Amino acid sequence: MGKNGKLWVIILVCLFSLPVLISPAFAEVSAEAASNGHAWWFWPLILFIITFIMGIFAVLGGVGGGVLYVPIISGFFPFHLDFVRGTGLLVALSGALAAGPGLLKMNLASLRLAIPVALIASTCAIIGAMIGLALPTNIVQIALGATIIGICVLMLTAKKSELPDVPKADRLSSALNICGVYQEASSGEIIDWKIHRTPLGLALFILIGIMAGMFGLGAGWANVPVLNLLMGAPLKISVATSKFLLSITDTSAAWIYMNKGCVIPMMVVPSLVGIMLGSFVGVHLLKIAKPTFIRWMVIAILAFAGVKALSKGLGF
Amino acid sequence: MDEKSTASLEATPEQILYAKILEWGMYIGLLILFITFGLYTIGIMDPYIPMNKISGYWNLNVHDYLEHTGIKDGWAWVHMVKYGDFVNFIGIAILAGVTSICYAAIVPTLLKSKDIVYVILAVLEVIVLTAAASGILAVGH
Repeated sequence: MGKNGKLWVIILVCLFSLPVLISPAFAEVSAEAASNGHAWWFWPLILFIITFIMGIFAVLGGVGGGVLYVPIISGFFPFHLDFVRGTGLLVALSGALAAGPGLLKMNLASLRLAIPVALIASTCAIIGAMIGLALPTNIVQIALGATIIGICVLMLTAKKSELPDVPKADRLSSALNICGVYQEASSGEIIDWKIHRTPLGLALFILIGIMAGMFGLGAGWANVPVLNLLMGAPLKISVATSKFLLSITDTSAAWIYMNKGCVIPMMVVPSLVGIMLGSFVGVHLLKIAKPTFIRWMVIAILAFAGVKALSKGLGF
Repeated sequence: MDEKSTASLEATPEQILYAKILEWGMYIGLLILFITFGLYTIGIMDPYIPMNKISGYWNLNVHDYLEHTGIKDGWAWVHMVKYGDFVNFIGIAILAGVTSICYAAIVPTLLKSKDIVYVILAVLEVIVLTAAASGILAVGH
């Protein structure tokens, strides 16, 4: 079997195993396993396997690990939402920390763009985390389900613009000197970029920060559309800056969850290792996989997890 | 024009400094986390919560979890790092704390370039992250 053949086998195994693992039948088996009292390593091992698959899907589907982690793990595993949110933030944070330095050095992530945005988002993520921890679990679960379904709609409808047209930088971004230059690797073209609608964009990061902290989700799903479509940053700059931004936004919320006691190392480490290894494999698979089909599948899985979170919150 | 664009293509000094510290913090944090998790799971360090009991706690909400286990919230874990499960918090704290160090480190570079607005923003971010890390903002069920 050739190299491509082996990779396709991995893809097919993952494609079939993830829906099985999040199926209602698996959820029943999970509940039974929890009540039967398996060996201590049973759930961490399952967590590692599922997060490994999740890591592959996250890369191929173009989403962050955190947005998959929280709804799927809270919906289909015996862990309480408090610990899932704490772990989800650390999963998203680790991914951002791993990618951030390279993106900054390549000048794709813009520190100048990130600093004002991060100050607003990280402050609001603290508020979001405090709200999320103060509200009853079922209310958070319902809101999480509604948010996940909203994210699916956003993923289905939001367009992307490689190089948005920004006729003139607005006064605030000019005052803060938020602009830059990067070289498009595929064409070698040097691209000067600037942004507009900065006040509105910054205002939206209030909401993004609150949601990130409240649900323990990474916020790449919201960062990129705001930076790219609203503020007019090029797609590559938006994606890279968004990934780097998570290292700041998620840090502030992660501290709140950690100080509250919502971190269990036996959940955190298998999840981190699983997502990271899965992401490495995902990057290799990216060369041969059909991203459109996988993106559809990720949206379908997210929608299912969103409905599950809603039904769990409503007590069905 | 080309010369100007090539010069601008490079990241600013504060961005490079930030990236280097972030990279080192990430490597050190992950390395410590993996080593301490090995010490925990292999059994070299005894855990506070026995391995076979942990699955009985992670389905509780955090308030009940803390009450049943007798664990204190906030920075109380520092006094419990002799236990295999709590020693893992060292790596986690480094991963969560490195961003504050990055911000503090770029302040002198920003001051040197007289970028006062960004100095203020960076200092404010350090204050926000320190407040979050301090535990004074903790609330709950």
